[in-house]
Amino acid sequence: MNASAILAAIGTVAALAAVLGGILGWVATRLRSDPDALVERIDALLPQTQCAQCRYPGCRPYAEAIARGEADIDRCPPGGEATVRALAALLDREPRPVDPHYGTTRAPRVALIDEDRCIGCALCLPACPVDAIVGAPRLMHTVIAAHCTGCELCLAPCPVDCIAMVEPAATSPGRAVA
Amino acid sequence: MTDLLLLALGASLVNNFVLTQFLGLCPFVGVSRRFEAAAGMALATLFVLTLASGASYSVWHWILEPLGLGYLRTLVFILLIAAVVQVTEMLVRATSPLLHELLGVFLPLITTNCAVLGVALLNLERQHGLVESLVYGAAAAAGFGLALLAFAGLRERLETADVPAAFRGTPLALITAGLMALAFMGFGGLVAR
Repeated sequence: MNASAILAAIGTVAALAAVLGGILGWVATRLRSDPDALVERIDALLPQTQCAQCRYPGCRPYAEAIARGEADIDRCPPGGEATVRALAALLDREPRPVDPHYGTTRAPRVALIDEDRCIGCALCLPACPVDAIVGAPRLMHTVIAAHCTGCELCLAPCPVDCIAMVEPAATSPGRAVA
Repeated sequence: MTDLLLLALGASLVNNFVLTQFLGLCPFVGVSRRFEAAAGMALATLFVLTLASGASYSVWHWILEPLGLGYLRTLVFILLIAAVVQVTEMLVRATSPLLHELLGVFLPLITTNCAVLGVALLNLERQHGLVESLVYGAAAAAGFGLALLAFAGLRERLETADVPAAFRGTPLALITAGLMALAFMGFGGLVAR
């Protein structure tokens, strides 16, 4: 086989790959419809605590509900006033205070496990929506403060009530929000 | 017309891709645990197989053969199939999020469904035209879907049956598949080709 045949083969396959890639890219841009983009933009404004205080399973479902017009924008206590204002600006609605029915807004807090009282039952691990609790059955657990969103979902499952919500330490590196 | 009908019957029943030619066995075993997932997989495969056999015929007929690059067919067909699967995935995600969730990882796995590549290569071997290729692809997918749905139905029933512990799960599924293959041999005398 001579060099030109090899070049022709490489050129053909490369050209085919380029054409197919172009088609894929075109389809990908065409299929990204407007309602979906709205969901993305609402979701980007939510605090991503996944705390479910809005009565939806997480921030993304809540964003979808807002986009569908099912839910109002005042159901996010962790986001507080700032989130409501951002959502109101995006959706061109009147800002309003967060509905106290869904929880009260307060300064961000993180969970702290009293490690002397923890019995290692591991019940709080599946409750944490952001996997911020480290531990294993019959071993002590602890909370990664940087990952904790302060959603309080781990309080209820704890059988010995050894988890408390505290002010984040001043030296903590800040919250890791996606 | 009769030719096409016979071709379709032959590809879907007599030479059933799963149960007679033993192509595409991984989704056959992997996605047959639940009937709904199997139905989604069958539909996705129907779409992908028809499109892929048409596309591979076109590329073969208008690009590879005139350029004398027939030896590249396997490589090029895999490339084509991967692209068609990607388009299908985007379509499904945009039109039916529920189906997308149900199919999960199996939709991209159609890429490695050997039945898809098998159909593309068999189309060349049997020197099918464009229409014949499309019909052959759709019929092969219909046969695959039929076998998959029947198998999924059987497995759902067997889930609740009281079987010896040694046979529970995969062994029984494989035995079931074998019995189904035996049953499909009964179609052997239906069409001459």
